[in-house]
Amino acid sequence: MGTVVSFDAPDWAGRDAGSGAVLERVVQWLHWVDATFSPYREDSDVSRFGRGSLALADCAPELAEVLAACAEVSALSGGYFTTRPGGRFDPSGYVKGWAIERAAAMLTAAGSAEHSVNGGGDIQCVGDRGPGQPWRVGIADPLRPGSLALVVTGQDFAVATSGVAERGAHIVNPHTGQPAAGLASLTVVGARLAATDAYATAAFAMGPAARDWVESLDGYEAFAVTPGGQVWQTSGFQAYRASA
Amino acid sequence: MRRVILAVTGTIAGLVALLSFKAHVPTVPVASTSGTGGSSTSSSSSSSSSSRTIPGEFQSAVDPLTAGETTITGKVANTVYGPVQIELVVKSHKIVKVAVLEQPTNTIHDIQIGEFAFPKLISETLTMQNAKVDAVSGASYTSAGYISSLQSAVDHGL
Repeated sequence: MGTVVSFDAPDWAGRDAGSGAVLERVVQWLHWVDATFSPYREDSDVSRFGRGSLALADCAPELAEVLAACAEVSALSGGYFTTRPGGRFDPSGYVKGWAIERAAAMLTAAGSAEHSVNGGGDIQCVGDRGPGQPWRVGIADPLRPGSLALVVTGQDFAVATSGVAERGAHIVNPHTGQPAAGLASLTVVGARLAATDAYATAAFAMGPAARDWVESLDGYEAFAVTPGGQVWQTSGFQAYRASA
Repeated sequence: MRRVILAVTGTIAGLVALLSFKAHVPTVPVASTSGTGGSSTSSSSSSSSSSRTIPGEFQSAVDPLTAGETTITGKVANTVYGPVQIELVVKSHKIVKVAVLEQPTNTIHDIQIGEFAFPKLISETLTMQNAKVDAVSGASYTSAGYISSLQSAVDHGL
């Protein structure tokens, strides 16, 4: 799916034994996800299922799990989330965050209490980055490349941003078929990345209406920058903002 | 090494999980893996414009004129567009300069990207470091090759 994934596991400082093998498994998982879910690979389960040449029952069972989750997000968002963003079957809008969330869970299962996994700017943070040091995630300013709009901070949270600036990832409003243009970028913060990332995609497609929608979601907050440079945030977002 | 990067297939990348440069001991061993047909942080036989560079190896050179600064050369990252290689100048565990030693120049488009995107990426790198963030969400200008090579330099140098 064309994404660089970076791992940060500060609590493994000084621990060489075993961590390499764990990372090897996580890396294998990500490659497996790519091979199975990439819509750009002719032989992936997603491509074959999309063409109708492979029945769901014959696909990796994870595809059914992903489809069920996509259907939930789609229903919850009034159809602003779709598995057919460009007309053909492509559940990447859910798969990327889901795969990264799973990768973080694998690190947790292997004994890491503090880590972050970043897949192309969609980030799952677990624990703190160190004793008394919450994770700090910058939110890029979509209108001033190279600058940050703000910094969010906390422990055990996920961050995903959708925007027009992400190269090759223009989000289409499923109801109009046109690229969503109501916002320059929208960031969602939540507990787990799979849903957080999918909500960010749906909310971005909604445009300004996303504010009320995210406000209605329990456990999720949003921050957005409009094409004119104005910003808004949902009522609970302030808790995530770093003071400096 | 504490940070590990994985290039899955190589076109879009989040710039910045790489960029929380803290002065503590790197830990997790580098487990860079090449994606099929994509970029990778593995070494390459590509020629480099820097005579100090040995593909797959790292060399630090201290310039007597800029005391305390160390130059670190990243591995060549092979992207679908061509090889990319980044050099960092580091002082007191902080990046003070990023240079692009090698970038794709096969087409006009490549050259335009190089002129446009690399300065942006370099500016983002320095901005993120100054903001002391562990990662950035929604980074706008991204390049797997840039990140792979930068990451390898960071892994070995900070």
